[in-house]
Order: sequence, then C-alpha cells, then structure tokens
Amino acid sequence: MTRKSRRLWLLLLCALGLGSATALTLSAFQDNLVFFRSPSDIAREAPTPERAFRLGGLVETGSVVRETAADGKPEARFRVTDGAHGVAVTYAGVLPDLFREGQGVVTLGRLGPDGTFRASEVLARHDESYMPPEVADALKKSGHWNPNQGAPPPAATWNTLEPAQAQPRRGS
Amino acid sequence: MIPEIGHFALALALALSLAQALVGLVGAQRAEARLMGAAAPLAAGVLVTVLAAFACLVWAYVANDTTVLNVVQNSHSAKPLLYKISGAWGNHEGSMLLWVLILALCGGAVAAFGSNLPSALQARVLGVLALVALGFLGFILATSNPFERIWPPPMDGQGLNPILQDPGLAFHPPLLYLGYVGFAVTYAFAVAALIEGRVDAAWGRWVRPWALAAWSFLTLGIALGSWWAYYELGWGGYWFWDPVENASLMPWLAGCALLHSAIVVEKREALKTWTVFLALLAFGMSLLGTFLVRSGVLNSVHAFANDPARGTVILVLLAIYIGGGFLLFAWRAQAMLPTGVFTPISREGALVLNNLLLCSIAAVVLAGTLYPMFADLVLGEKFSVGPPFFNTAIFPLAVPLIGAMTLGPVMPWKRARLFPALQRLWWAALAGLAALVLCFAIEDNRVGPALGFGAAVWVILAAVADIADRIALFSRPRAAWARAKGLPRAAWGGAIAHAGMGVMILGLAGMGLATDTLRLVKPGESVALAGLDYRLIGVADAPGPNFSARRATVEVRDGGRLVTTLEPERRSFPVARMTTTEAAIHTTWLSDLYVVLGEERDGGAVLRIHHNPLAPWIWLGAAIMALGGGISLSDRRVRVSAPAAKAVKAGARA
Repeated sequence: MTRKSRRLWLLLLCALGLGSATALTLSAFQDNLVFFRSPSDIAREAPTPERAFRLGGLVETGSVVRETAADGKPEARFRVTDGAHGVAVTYAGVLPDLFREGQGVVTLGRLGPDGTFRASEVLARHDESYMPPEVADALKKSGHWNPNQGAPPPAATWNTLEPAQAQPRRGS
Repeated sequence: MIPEIGHFALALALALSLAQALVGLVGAQRAEARLMGAAAPLAAGVLVTVLAAFACLVWAYVANDTTVLNVVQNSHSAKPLLYKISGAWGNHEGSMLLWVLILALCGGAVAAFGSNLPSALQARVLGVLALVALGFLGFILATSNPFERIWPPPMDGQGLNPILQDPGLAFHPPLLYLGYVGFAVTYAFAVAALIEGRVDAAWGRWVRPWALAAWSFLTLGIALGSWWAYYELGWGGYWFWDPVENASLMPWLAGCALLHSAIVVEKREALKTWTVFLALLAFGMSLLGTFLVRSGVLNSVHAFANDPARGTVILVLLAIYIGGGFLLFAWRAQAMLPTGVFTPISREGALVLNNLLLCSIAAVVLAGTLYPMFADLVLGEKFSVGPPFFNTAIFPLAVPLIGAMTLGPVMPWKRARLFPALQRLWWAALAGLAALVLCFAIEDNRVGPALGFGAAVWVILAAVADIADRIALFSRPRAAWARAKGLPRAAWGGAIAHAGMGVMILGLAGMGLATDTLRLVKPGESVALAGLDYRLIGVADAPGPNFSARRATVEVRDGGRLVTTLEPERRSFPVARMTTTEAAIHTTWLSDLYVVLGEERDGGAVLRIHHNPLAPWIWLGAAIMALGGGISLSDRRVRVSAPAAKAVKAGARA
C-alpha cells in the first residue's frame, strides 16, 4: 500500500468517524434537549405531554401537600409560581432536604393533559442561599425582580414574594 | 506569621517559575549547556516553595487560624482532624493551590527522572511546564490568594460543606489532579517536540510512561468520585452526565487515545502528528475541565464561591496554552514525516480505529457539555442536556469500540488478516454470544443489559485468550509458566486493563437491571424488593461529632434468614444549617442493597430502597484498569528509559 492511498484511507476513516459522531450528536440533540420553561411560558404555550422539560420557579407558599398514595408511595403536591402564573405539580418521591415553601425550585417532568405537571425529579441545591439561575431569570421576566434596582434580594426574603403581593409588573 | 510565609513562598515560586521558563526555553534555543542545566534545579526549587506554601495552608487549617479568610469560610474548630486537613483543598483557593502543587511535582519528577533525556528536550519540557505553572501561580496570587487575612478575626469558622466532610475528599481531588495535571507533562513533551520539529520512537518511549501514569491516576480519580457520589448523595446512581463529570471524562478519553497512539509512535514511528495532536488535546481537555469547574459557569458541589474575574482569567490561560499549542502545531506539524507504513487491517489500523472512536466519543461529550452553555450565552435559550442525550449518542460509538478493542492486541503489526485474529478469539466470542442470549432470555428481552453482559464476557475472555495464547498455555502447558514470567509487563498490563474495562462493563450492565422503590413505612412494617424483605425496626437519635442524626434501623431478610441490618441516617449540621442523607449500603458483590432514609411523618418514615446488581464491579473494574496501567508502567523497557540513580543526585543538589 502506498503512502498516498494510506493517507486516503486514514482521511476516509476520520471523515467517517467525525461524520457519524456529528450525525449522532445532532439526532440525539433533536430528541433529547430538555428546555427550561417558567409558569408564564406554559401559560403562553403549553408543551405537549410527550415532551419532557424543566419547570422552575418559586414554591407557592401554603401550597405544599404531602400525602401517601394507595400503594404506600409518598406523594407531594405543590404549586410552582413565577408571580404572574402558577402550575400545579405532583411528585412521587422524597422531596430534597432543602425543599421549602417560597424557595426556588427546578423540577423535571412532563405536563399532563389536565395541566398538572408530573415531576420525575425535583432539584433543590445543596445550599440554602442558592437561587437557580433559570429561576432568577424567570423572576426577572415576570417582574418580581428588576436587576436595575440592584442585586437580587437574599433567598430568605423570596419567601414573602407571594403572587398576590407581586409588585406592579414591568412589560415582559 | 505562617500564612505570610506561605504567601511569600508562592510569590517566590512564581519568580522561580519565570526563571525556569526562561532558562529552559532560551537555553535550549541557544544550546547553552549551563542555562539548560539550571532548569532542573529551578524545577526542584519551585517544588520546594509550592510545597512550603501548601504546608502553610494546611497548618492554618489544622490550627484553625481564624485570621485567615479562607479558613474562616471553610473550616470550623469542631470538625474532625481529617476534614480539617482535607478541607484545605475543599475550596476554590486551596484546590487551585493543590493543582499547582501537583504541577510542581510533575516538574520535579521530570527534573529527577528525566536525566536520560536529551538535555535540550528536557530543558524545553521543563520550560513549558514552568510556563504553565507561571500562569496558574499568577492566577492564584492575583485572584485567589488562599492566605488572605481577615480582621477582626471571628470567633470560629463557618464550617465545611457537610457533603464534603467525607474521607473521599482526602483522595478524590489529589488523584484527579494527578491525572489532569499529569497530562501537562505530555503537553510539554508535545510542545517541545513541535519546537524541535522532531518526533521519533525515543520520544514515544519517553511520553508513554507519563501518559500512562496520568491516565491511571485519572481513572482512579474519576472512579473514586463516582463511588463517592454513589454513596454520599443517596440518589442510587453512579454517573449523572453532569457537566463536572463530563469535564473529567473528556481528558480521560483523550488521554486513553494518546496512550494507545503513543504505542504506535514507539513501536512503528507512525501516527506522529496525530499523537502530538492528542497530547495537546488531552491537556486542553484538562484545562477545559479546570475552567468549567473552577470558573463558576457551572453550579454544582464542585463550584465553590466564585467571582466572574476568576472565570475570565482561567479562560485567558486556557486560550493561551491551548491556542498557543495548536498554533504551534499548525505551523510545525508539517516537519514531522511519517515513516512506518501499515495496511488498514493491522494492529496500527486497530489502534487508529480506537483513537477515532475515543475522540468521537470525546467530541460528543464536549458538544453535549458546552452546547447548553453556548446556547444560554449566545442564543439566550435555556435548556439542559441529560443522560438520554449522552446514552443515545455514545452507545453507537461504544459498541464498535468495545467490539474492536479485543482484536487489536491479537493482530500483528504492519499487516494482518481479520480471520486468523478472530480464530484466536473464537471461544471468547462464543461465550460472549451465549451470555448475550442467556441474559436476553432471562431478563425479559431487554436489549441494553444483554448487550452489556455479552460485551463484558467477550472483553474479559478475549484478554484471557490473548495472554493464554502468548504464553502458549494450551499448546505447550509445561513451558507456560516460564513464558508467563518472560512476557513483557506491558503485555500483562494491557491485557489486565482491557479485562478491567470488561469488569466495568459487567457492572454497568448489572446496573441496567437496577430496581428501586419508595415507601412510607411505620416501624414493624416491611417492603419487598428483588426478593428481599426490608423491615423498618425503628428510627432513633444518634449523636455525631459535629452533627446530630436520625438513624433508622432496617432489617433485610431473605425468606427467614437475616441478610444484614442497615442503618441509613439523616444528619443535620448546625454550623452549616444543612441536612444530608447517609445511605446505608450492604454489598454482597452480586448486588448492593442500598437504603436511604427520607422524611419522617405520620408516625413512620419514608424509605427509598435500591437493589443495584453488580454495582461494586464498576469501581472494581476501574481499579483493575488503573492497576493494568501501573503494571504496564513497571515494564523494564519503560524503566530502562527512566533510570532512578541520577535522580537522587538531582534532588540532593537542589
């Protein structure tokens, strides 16, 4: 085998490898990107039930109900809000230690046809003062926090931000 | 006083690094022996000063010196001693110092063990390493000084994140960094080779031990991190395709490719430019990992308190080292002429395929890790990429990789034929196929785990078949022992590492069959999972050194026989105002019984129970892979190129 044909072989192989990797990546992206949606996004345009996405916002104060399903599995119901809109969430599982009413939360799951979000994962971070960036962003969009007025208030005070007490909304 | 000494030692290390870089690179360019000779002692000096700085930081932690800001933010007097020491690198500043310490260790090792290298090559390698150290020492001194004082000193520190209060913190970061930073040496070798415009078999022989060592440490570090996440986070999983995990997987994949292509350079003087490229890429991935984890673009338990300036500086360093390396590559790579010629079906060809697939997997991981960040920054679109993406995109690439990894070692160099190679592995192939079919039949036609078991059996037995063939176990069994002793350790190491991969695949396939359940149970009630009965006996208070815990007692019975008693805990740490869950794990080696205690209510407690078949084999397999790397490293042919006698003198002179 001459040097030229060997080089051709190598190039062909490389093109094949990179090409298939790109094709695989793109096709996997198409089906598996998990978008972030705030309650307002959902009110505007509800995602289809078969598409999983991440829902984030504040856990509405007074909305958390913990119960036990018929088969003995613990289940939690709560509402996630960004001030403007709220979405009902059910979750069969153990809520994380840092899950509190009024605090930021990100959940992964699908929206049922009845408009209830069925979460398969509830993420709360390892840190009490942590605000998920997506949630901070959603709050900004819904007018709960104007970045021009300074840094976001400490996480503990997000507790008091109930939808009913929302400040006058800026155009979003 | 001692923190100031540490700070001063760091500044001194910076100055020494600058001198080392100048002396090494300029000396080699001008071919001045005296300048080049000064690089090694200077590297020893950098090592001593960085070590001194690190010792000062550890002292501040052990003595709980609350005048040091870093100690205040990350330590507390009530913490056990082990966590005071390991807490020194359980934060941004300390972990960067550990990074630089290991880089200095690598420099010291090149100075000590590299005396048989051509002096110009050694000087250049030391010079490039010093350039890297220079950047990161400057970064520490400018933006992340671990010795910053605070006045007035508070009464006590704020404590370490309870998740990090684990023996894992003592070993996971140092091992991982030995891997990450070890690739700095192969990077330095690659840059030096590009400057000289020469890559030959000798270069391959010098680079390979460093790639092997770095890869072995990285394997151990990743496995330890995965195991730590498994038992500490209490999620029952071992790998979450988290960006931080991907950041460590990418250099591993590139390093694995480098390791294999360096064999071709060493034995056949082919694939030279490609190997140099991989050496640049492996360190590039390491730096990218450091950037992702340390800059605060990610939020995870690894990202400690951050400010944006740090991210920018690391990004600039990344651009300089990687951009510089690849620019040099584009400019000089033409100079390297390949000599070894081979056909596509040969051992070289198999190694090229291995490289191609490993790099493709690394590219997929890179795309999946960076694209969401890129989209957030540029397109303003928020989304994440989870395990389904990585599983669907990597699986088709992993199948040919695992299928072919067994064929490479049994093929001859230069020119081979596929059929004889397959013939030598026929019984391994048959057993693998049998395992596949058997698992498919038993486990309700589930494709993934069945393929996994088949692949695992195929890989392990093919490694056995390879060794059996080489020592002529079946054809001349009497001479087998003598031949086994005579077989080069590199051959043993390779076969063992491949078998370790097989063991790991066995564990992964087993975890594909994992089941779990979640139940609210009252004391005396029980839950059945995978044929075992888990009975909650009760929940009681259990005090700890710096936490208070609620501990559940769960009896596991198989029929009437008591298998084990598990005691999962929920710990609350008053200093950090945090609660952590401590999973209780009992391993039978065939499976892990894994119980997590959830919240308590209605007179009962929520238990999450996982049955994880073959889970321990994942980390066992990784350990076997690293062991294979170590055995390969002890090969006489490697040692011949790295005599230790002169090393002692070099160290003593410093």
